[in-house]
Parts: sequence; structure tokens; C-alpha cells
Amino acid sequence: MKRKRRKKNVLPGFGLTMGITTMYLSIIVLIPLSMVFIESSKLGWQGFIEVVTSDRVLHAYKISFLTAFSAALINAVFGLMIAWVLVRYSFPGKRLIDGLIDLPFALPTAVAGIALTTLYAEDGWIGQFFTLLNIKVAFTPLGITVALVFIGLPFVVRIIQPVLENIEKEVEEAASSLGATKKQIFTKVIFPELLPSLLTGFSLAFARGIGEYGSVIFIAGNMPMNTEIAPLMIMTKLEQFDYAGATAIAAVMLVVSFLCLIIINLLQKWSRKHEMQGE
Amino acid sequence: MKRKVLFKSTAFILSTLLLLSGCGEENGNGTVEILNVSYDPTRELYQEFNEAFAKYWKEEQGQEVKIHQSHGGSGSQARSVIDGLEADVVTLALAYDIDAIGNQDLLNSDWIERLDDNSAPYTSTIVFLVRKDNPKGIKDWDDLTKKDISVVTSNPKTSGGARWNYLAAWGYGLEKFDNDEEKTKEFVQSIYKNVEVLDSGARGSTTTFVEKGLGDVLISWENEAFLSLKEFGEDEFEIIAPSTSILAEPSVAVVDSVVDERGTEEVAEAYLNYLYTVEGQEIAAKNYFRPRNVDVVAKYKDQFPEIKLFTIDEVFGSWKEAHETHFKDGGVFDSFYE
Amino acid sequence: MATDLVKNEGKHIHKPTAVKKETNWTKRVLITVMFLYLSIFLLVPLVYIFVKAFEQGSGVYFAAITNSDALDAIKLTLLVTLITVPLNTVFGIAAAWLITRFQFKGKQLLLSLIELPFAVSPVIAGLVLVLFFGPRGVMGPLFSELGIKILFSTPGIVIATMFVTLPFVARELIPVMQAQGKAEEEAAISLGASGWQMFVRVTLPNIKWGLLYGMILCNARAIGEFGAVSVISGRIRGMTNTMPLHVEILYNEYQFSAAFAVASLMSLLAILTLTIKAWIEWRAEKQQTA
Repeated sequence: MKRKRRKKNVLPGFGLTMGITTMYLSIIVLIPLSMVFIESSKLGWQGFIEVVTSDRVLHAYKISFLTAFSAALINAVFGLMIAWVLVRYSFPGKRLIDGLIDLPFALPTAVAGIALTTLYAEDGWIGQFFTLLNIKVAFTPLGITVALVFIGLPFVVRIIQPVLENIEKEVEEAASSLGATKKQIFTKVIFPELLPSLLTGFSLAFARGIGEYGSVIFIAGNMPMNTEIAPLMIMTKLEQFDYAGATAIAAVMLVVSFLCLIIINLLQKWSRKHEMQGE
Repeated sequence: MKRKVLFKSTAFILSTLLLLSGCGEENGNGTVEILNVSYDPTRELYQEFNEAFAKYWKEEQGQEVKIHQSHGGSGSQARSVIDGLEADVVTLALAYDIDAIGNQDLLNSDWIERLDDNSAPYTSTIVFLVRKDNPKGIKDWDDLTKKDISVVTSNPKTSGGARWNYLAAWGYGLEKFDNDEEKTKEFVQSIYKNVEVLDSGARGSTTTFVEKGLGDVLISWENEAFLSLKEFGEDEFEIIAPSTSILAEPSVAVVDSVVDERGTEEVAEAYLNYLYTVEGQEIAAKNYFRPRNVDVVAKYKDQFPEIKLFTIDEVFGSWKEAHETHFKDGGVFDSFYE
Repeated sequence: MATDLVKNEGKHIHKPTAVKKETNWTKRVLITVMFLYLSIFLLVPLVYIFVKAFEQGSGVYFAAITNSDALDAIKLTLLVTLITVPLNTVFGIAAAWLITRFQFKGKQLLLSLIELPFAVSPVIAGLVLVLFFGPRGVMGPLFSELGIKILFSTPGIVIATMFVTLPFVARELIPVMQAQGKAEEEAAISLGASGWQMFVRVTLPNIKWGLLYGMILCNARAIGEFGAVSVISGRIRGMTNTMPLHVEILYNEYQFSAAFAVASLMSLLAILTLTIKAWIEWRAEKQQTA
């Protein structure tokens, strides 16, 4: 199988689509993005390491990664649930709820940030309930997480939804008639099918969370060594007209996000193969 | 075959780009258009000033002038100009930002001497905005260091206005402690210890204090403080003038490389000079900026509280030095949070 | 997997009624939890925006969205979306066709690269475009020689929006086309159809719903993009202000109600496109059952 030359593909358009895809991607995304590395290389290796490992920057990475990770995790759990409810159950207002999911895409991030900050402030509509529990949301890492949950939700739900719709009911029914319990059907039949898309959703939400700026900046409070996020560090560098320093921090974020995507895509490929072998 | 495909897709991309470039705007004939790139708190000022200038220019030269405005954080606006935003004039929060444009050879480095008063036709200072009746009894900079006071200001590393705030506090500290740098540092640090939220821009801090009701005192541009009173009612807030503060000089300059290319030098220069006329100064004063013109100063004497003001050059040498010592990465401000 | 199920067969006696009851109970809990979750993260913020927008009465609301600066911003945003969505659609179809129909080296890499714009911070996206098309960049001098303005004018805003929304159509189509398989298309070709005929007659009907879905998401994101566009637009009033930038300007002018009015209009736009989507889906379902 491995050594065999690939089957002759009769479908047309390989050259054309390859051309369009790579050209378009290169001009709009890749070549501009390479500027990050070109510009930051002006610092030299020593300078680069110095910038990206300074205390403030390391702390900002930590905050960004931790909050993005928790937000993506929360979204993975609840996003799966929401997708499940939207696909499997019918109830009044379902279409409206379904439409609402995409709101975070369409709303400018600044508006989301302003609205969330006001709502989650100590005496805000939602914040007051947290105040009763003695929890501060706005201007803490928790607040950043709230904003990132808002931003990342559509990714998880929208990626799981079509896959869930595609899982054939017959498979479940077959399992059920074989005497499997609900729990078994879920853990043994449905969940493995969903896992790749859940992972993709999680990683996209995570990667998006690391880079989010517009909404977080309002709710974060931006206190050094406490609630400063990585994109803010880029902005502070830029404010000092230090393009090289800014792109150095950007380069690290970019590489991490990209690795994240690659790993997830490989995992998916692997799980698809694994699945096929199992059959 | 392959080459043909490559050609086709290249043609597709190129025609796309051409299509895009077709969307650029064209100038109309007869009227001259200039772009003023400014910072956040001057929106109201230039709205009024632009109308007045257009009228003046029409009377003097018989030519219509349309002035476009762009507002944003002072530093990011300067960056846009460096990156090619074709501003005929820049009216920014601090000389440092215009120097940065000069460093890229977009304007002459002697720009600050080209107009009177350090190229700052209007000035402002840093004052405190407190809640009505001043419940915490805040009178001067010392009160901001007290334990139970919550201070609102923005991040000096991302906001031009916040740098004035910081330097004002520092200048007061130096005076109080007889130029003892260490004690001054402790003093300013204890103010920043009372800061809960560092917004990225001056306007952000104002909304945090005014709209979200956070904090006991907002350190603010004087003109912003007056504007907040006007917008939100005098029954909610009060302005407290500290004993000593900094003379904030927002600078203006013509961007030489742009006006040379667009042939707008004359109108751009006239525009900035008009800021120094009695009419221009009145508009500045009406928008709560301190005028320079003696007559206008006298006319609006009651509007502005009397504060002992020092300039940045007197206390810090220059903007460049102030920046290097205090706001650079690893500078004094960063050391507060280590 | 199957053996596990068989093993358990003896222990559990299948009781349909019990299962049904449990389902109802789980269903109720799940729906309630979902409502709560969506309420605190989506619904309340949405309500808040509308409450704020109408705080000073409907007069202020309609004045805010019919003011000439607002109309310019709306026009620009619509223009940008009108250019961005079709281009990204062409790209998305090409990329999905390439990835699902052919085997080649570096496919996973290409797929990750296509997804990359999702993961790039808007701040970085704006920054690199400025560096690339700016006067000190590679393309800047070339374009200014040709007299073409990219940065701080409409083309720059379009490119920034294209950058941010590039993956949507492709990401939506890839799973759909993967599930579809290529048998039908191969049959069409071997029956003598041209590439274009195959695409219009076979592929397009199969992917049309996924395609529309991707376009709608792309559209929603294109309307709302703020970060990258704010870096590249220059914020010139009435010329390069998009709706999100206009919202920020109004907010910074202390016109809170007006700011939220424009924001609410944007959420309405989003909801409108999503209603179209719901309608399309509903028709698709009807078509399937018919």
C-alpha cells in the first residue's frame, strides 16, 4: 500500500485549485505573516530571547495561555452540550437560540468587551450575584476567561454540530437494541465519533483566545504582572515604536498557535486512520 | 499545461488586486482636502475649529477646504502616520510622538521651533476628578497615596495622557521631597498601588470612572475633566486642582513629506497658524484647553483654576529623557510592579 | 467495541419505557443548563446592548443610525463584505476541493495554514499587513510607485477582512465534502462531463448548504471585524470608518446610546443573516423529506 503509486485520479482541477489555494493563501496570509519573522530577526538571537523571556512578557504569556485554556475547556464541555441539545432535541425557540450562537462573530469585539465589563462589574446585572459569593469577575483573570468564553463559543458549537448531525441514528439504535445503556452508547459510540471535531473546536477556541485583544482589554484591568495579556504586551512595545520587540512577542504566539493547529490536525488524521483500521 | 494553470491563477489573483485598488477614493476638483491626525480628547475641539477655519480660508483665499479628522490613541496615531497614513498635519498629545514621526524623516526634526510656544498652541494640565462633594476629602497629590483611596488612571506605557499624569505626580514628589529621587519614587509608586484598573487609553479611564462608577478619584487631563462635567452633569462630579501640576503641551506640526507631495503646504500651515489667532484660541478655551494668547487667557481667567505649573523640560530635561528613564521597558514605571 | 456491548447484554434488560423517562429527564436538565449558560454569556449581553441603545428613547436611536457618518460606515462595511465574501468563497471551494479530492504531500500542513488566520491575533494581523504594505515593507514602495493606495484606504480594509475571514468557507466545506466522497464526481467525469459541468451539476448541488453556511459565517465575521481593521484603516471619519470603528468613536465621544444603537444594528444584521441560514436549513430539511 505504502509503496504503491497513488491511484490515477480522474478528477480534474488539481493544478487549478492548488494554484488558487496556494497563491491566495500566500498573498493574503503567509507572505504578510512572514514579516513577523523578518522584522523580529532584526533583534538578533540574543535580543529576541531577551525580549520574549523577560518577566513581564512571560507572565503575560502565562495569563493568556491559562485563561484561553480554561475558556476553551469550558466551551468544549458546554459547547458539546449545546450542540447536542440543538441537534437532538426540539423545543420552542430553538431556531432563535441556534442563531444566537454566532452573535460573538458579528458583534465587534470592543462592544462585547464593554458590555461584558459592565455586566460583570461588581454591581452589574450579573456581577452582583458573584459579589454575593465574594467573587470578583471584572478586572481579574476570571473576567478575561469570561470574555474568551464569549469569543470562543461559536467555534466549538459550529464544528461539532454538523458532525453530530451526521452520526447515524441507526448506529445508536443498533447499539441500543444490543442492550447498551444510554451512558455506554454515549461513551462508546457517539463520543469517539465526536472527539476529533471536539478537539478541533477546542484548539480553534484556544488559539483564538490567546490572540484576542479587543474584548479582553476592557475587562482585564491590565495590571502589570497580574492581568496583562500577551497581545497587550505587543501593544506596549508598539507604543514605544519598538516594532522588532512587538513582532518578537508576536512570533512566539504565532508559533505556539500554529503548533497547536498542526498537532490537532495530525491527531485527527491519526484518529481517522485508527477508526478505519478498526472497521 | 501546468504553466497555463499557473498563469490562470496568477491572473485571477492579480485581477483581484486590481479590482481592489479600483476602490480608492479620488479627490474632487476645486476644493482642497487635508487630513488632521489627532488624539482622542480633541474631537470636540477640532470639530468646532475645522468649521471656523474652513470659513476663514474661504474668505481669505476663496477656496473650499475640507478637513478630514482621524482620532485615536496618540502613539498609535503617530504609528499610522509613520506607516503611511497621509496626514497633512498632526496634532498629538505629546512631542515625543511627533519626534517619532521625525525620526522616520517624514518631517523636519526642528519642527518644535517652527511655531510659537514649542509648537503647542494650547495647553492643559493634570487635575483630579472626584465624586460630588468629594466624600474622601481629596485635596492634593498626597491624598492619592492614602490606603483607602482607589485611584483611576490609564497605563503610561500605552497612553500619552497617562504619561502626563505620571510625570505630574513625579514633579510634585520632587518638589515635596526636595529632589530626593528615591523618596519620590516611593511616593509615586504608592499612588499606583492604589490603582485597580489601568485602561489602555485616557478615554477608557474616564469611562471606567464615570460610567462604571469605579474608584474615588480620576487623574485626568483638565479638558477631559471639564468635558465629563459638561456631559454627565455637575451634580455628579467635582474637579479638584492639586497645588502643583505639569504644564501639558500637546504639540502640532505639519508633516513635510506629505504636504510636499500633495501640494498642501500653504493650507496646512495656515491651518496650524489659525490655532494661534484670537478666534482659534477662543475655540480652544471654549473646549477647555488653556489658551496661550494673553487676551484670551484674561477673558477665560475664571474658567481655569490657578495651579502652579512646571514644564517637562524644567523638571525632566526633555521628553526623550523622561521616556528613557521612566517609561522604557525596564524603566522606573516597570520597577513598580517587580 | 461491539464485543463490549455483547458482553453487557445479559446484565441489562432493555426497558424502553425506563429509557424514555430518563431521556425526558436528561433532556430537561440539558436544555435548562444550556439556557442558563447561553443566558449569562450571550442573551444578557444582547439584551443589555438593546437596553442601552434605547435608553435615551427611539429618537436618539434612529438619529444615531441615520446620521451621515453612520451611513458612510454602514456603506463601507457592506462594500467590504460584498468584496470579501465572494472572494473567500472562491478560495474556500478551491481549497476544499484540493484537500478532499487529492492526495499530496504536506496536506496536513496546508490545512493548518488555512486555519491559521483563526489563530492569529487581530493585533498581529493588522501589524503584519501594515509592515508588508507599508512604506518600509516589501510591497509598499511598489504600490506607491504604481499610485495604488492600499493602507489607510478601502483596499487595506478589504485585505485585512479577507485575512481574518479566509478560513470560514473552506473550514465549513471540508467536512461536508469529505463525507460526500468523490464517487459521484468520478462517475460524471468518466461519463464525459467537463470539469465545469461536473462542478455545476454534481458538486455544487451536494455542497450548496454547507457553502451557504460558510458564507454566512464569513459574512458575520466580516461585518464585525475590529482589531485588524482598526490598525489598517487610519480612522478617517466618513472615509475609512467601518461600523465597528464607528461604534468605538461614538463610545469615545460619550455618546453611549448612539454607540450601542449602531452595535445593536450590527447584531440585527447578524441575526438577519442567521435567520436566512435557518430558513435555508429548514428548506433543506423539507427538500430532504420530500
